[in-house]
Amino acid sequence: MTTLTLAARDSATMTRRSFRHLLRYPATLVTAVLVPVLLLLLFIGVFGGALRAGIGAASYIGYLVPGIIVMTVAYGCQATTLAVNRDSSEGIIARFRTMAISPASVLNGHVAGALARTLVSVALVIGVAIGLGFRPTAGAGRWLAAVGVIALLALALTWLAVAFGLAAKAAEGTTGFLLIVQLLPFISSAFVPPGQMSGPVQWFAEHQPFTPVIDTLRGLLTGTPSGGTAVAAVAWCAGLALAGYLWARVLFRRDLNR
Amino acid sequence: MTSAITVSGLRKSFGGKVVLDGIDLEVSAGTTFSLLGPNGAGKTTTVQIMSTLVHADGGDVCVAGHDVAREPAAVRAVIGVTGQFSAVDNLLTGEENLLLMADLHHLGRADGRRRAAALLEQFGLAEAAGKTVATYSGGMRRRLDLAMTLIGDPRIIFLDEPTTGLDPRSRRMMWQTIRQLVAGGVTIFLTTQQLDEADQLADQIAVLDHGTVVAAGSPEELKRSIPGGHARLRFADAAGLGAAERALGGGAFRHDDTLTLEVPCDGGATSVRDLLNRLGDTAAGISEMSVHTADLDDVFFALTGHPTAGAPAEATAEMENA
Repeated sequence: MTTLTLAARDSATMTRRSFRHLLRYPATLVTAVLVPVLLLLLFIGVFGGALRAGIGAASYIGYLVPGIIVMTVAYGCQATTLAVNRDSSEGIIARFRTMAISPASVLNGHVAGALARTLVSVALVIGVAIGLGFRPTAGAGRWLAAVGVIALLALALTWLAVAFGLAAKAAEGTTGFLLIVQLLPFISSAFVPPGQMSGPVQWFAEHQPFTPVIDTLRGLLTGTPSGGTAVAAVAWCAGLALAGYLWARVLFRRDLNR
Repeated sequence: MTSAITVSGLRKSFGGKVVLDGIDLEVSAGTTFSLLGPNGAGKTTTVQIMSTLVHADGGDVCVAGHDVAREPAAVRAVIGVTGQFSAVDNLLTGEENLLLMADLHHLGRADGRRRAAALLEQFGLAEAAGKTVATYSGGMRRRLDLAMTLIGDPRIIFLDEPTTGLDPRSRRMMWQTIRQLVAGGVTIFLTTQQLDEADQLADQIAVLDHGTVVAAGSPEELKRSIPGGHARLRFADAAGLGAAERALGGGAFRHDDTLTLEVPCDGGATSVRDLLNRLGDTAAGISEMSVHTADLDDVFFALTGHPTAGAPAEATAEMENA
C-alpha cells in the first residue's frame, strides 16, 4: 500500500471513529448550537430594537446572523479541543503511535469529524435564524462561497483547537484558548460596526481576524458592501490553519514524556 | 536462538535527570523477558523507547532486526503495546474498540469481525461487548486493552506492568494469557515490580534500579547468585525446639511462636545430611522440615539495598528473615 492510500484509508477509519462519537453523544451538537441560538435570541429580542436604530440597518437580524455563524464555529472548538485532549491524556494517542498506521490519520480524523459537526451546527443555527426572520439575499453561487468561507474558518479554528488540545496536559489547560476564541467575536464587527467603538477597541476590532470573516459573510449573504475584506478573511483563515496544523504536527510527534 | 530485541548502551535523560544510564538487554525470540524494578527505575521509559514513543539520547535499540530510531514504521508493524494505563476509547463499546483496531490493522471486514468476536470470547468480554467502555471495571478495561493489542497478531508484545491494580483472579488470567502467547511463539517483554510475577513468567530477568541493570539472568541463576537459603525445622513442642537449638550450638534463628528453627543451608544433599548429623537424636523432635532457597525478594534486596517498590520500610526486616 502506498503512503497516500494508507493515509486515506486510516484517515477514513479515524473519521468514522469521530462520527461514531458524535452519533453516540448528540449532546455535543446540542451544546454547540445552544449558545449561538441563545445569543441570537438575546440580541434580537433584547437589544435588537436599540441596535437596529443605532447602526442604521434595515433589519438587525440581517446584520447579526453572520456574526452568530462565526460564533457557532468558535463554540465548536470546545468539543474538538476537549476530544483531542481526552485522547491524548487517556493514552489512546500513544497506542495509535505505536501502530503501523499513517500518523497523520489520528489528527485528520479529529479534524474531519469536527468540520462536519461544525457545518451541521452552522446549518442548524442558520435554520433557526431563518425561522426568526433572517432573509439572506444570496443566490446559489454566493451561498457556495459563504459555505467555503465558513468551512475555511472552521478548518483554521479546528487545527488550532487540535493543537491546543494536544498542548494541554489536562482538560483545564484548554480553557484559556476557548475563552479567547469565544470572546474575540464580541470585539469584532459581529454585533455593532467597529466604527461605533471607542479608540483602541475600534482599532483592535478592525484588525482582528474575525472581523474580515464576518464582513465577508455579511456581504455574501445579505449583499452589504464588504469592502474587499474577502482577501483578508481568506488570508487570516489560511494563515491560522497552517499555523495550527504545523504546531499540532510538532506536538503530535514529540516524545511522550516532557 | 535469534534475538527479538537487542539493546546496547541505552541512555535517556529527562530535563537533566538521568532515567536510563547505559543499559544493555538481549531478548531471545519466543521467550518472556521481564524487566524488574521499583517505581521510577526506568522501566516505562525503556518500553516507550522500544515501542518508538520516545527517542533515546544514546545507544542502540533493535526490535525484530529494525533500529527503532531509523525504521520506526518497520518496528511498529511487528509490535503490540499494552501500557500501564488502559489506552482504550471510553466512548465506544468494547466491540467497536476492537473493530477500530482491526480496521487500523487493515484486516478485511469479515476477518476483523471474526477476530473481534473470538477475542471478546477469550477475554470474557462477550457479554459486555455492546456496552460502552466507560461502564467497564478496571479489570475489564485492562483485558480489552490486551485484546486490542492482540488483534493485529503482533510477534513482539510489550506489557508495561500489565497486572498492576488487578484483582488476583484477573492477574492469574493475565498470566495464563501470557503463557499461551509465548507457547504460540510470541516474544513477551514484561515490566513488573512484582517479584513473583517475574519468577512465574520470565525466562530471563533483568533487574533495573536507578536506570542501570544491576543483575540479569534466569530466575534460578539470580536466586543462586546470592546466599540466603535455609532449612526450616518445625517442632512438636518447645522442649524439642530447645534441645535441637542446644545440639546445633548457635547459628540457628529461633521462632518461639511457630516452634521453628531456621538454619542456614544451601539445600544440597550434603548440607542437609550435615545438618541432621549435627542435630543427632534431637532430630526426632522435628515434626516438619523444609528447605528454602532464596526467593527473588532476597535477590532484589541484596542487589539494590532496598526492598521492592511498594514495600514499606518496616518490611525490610521481615524480608531479611524470610
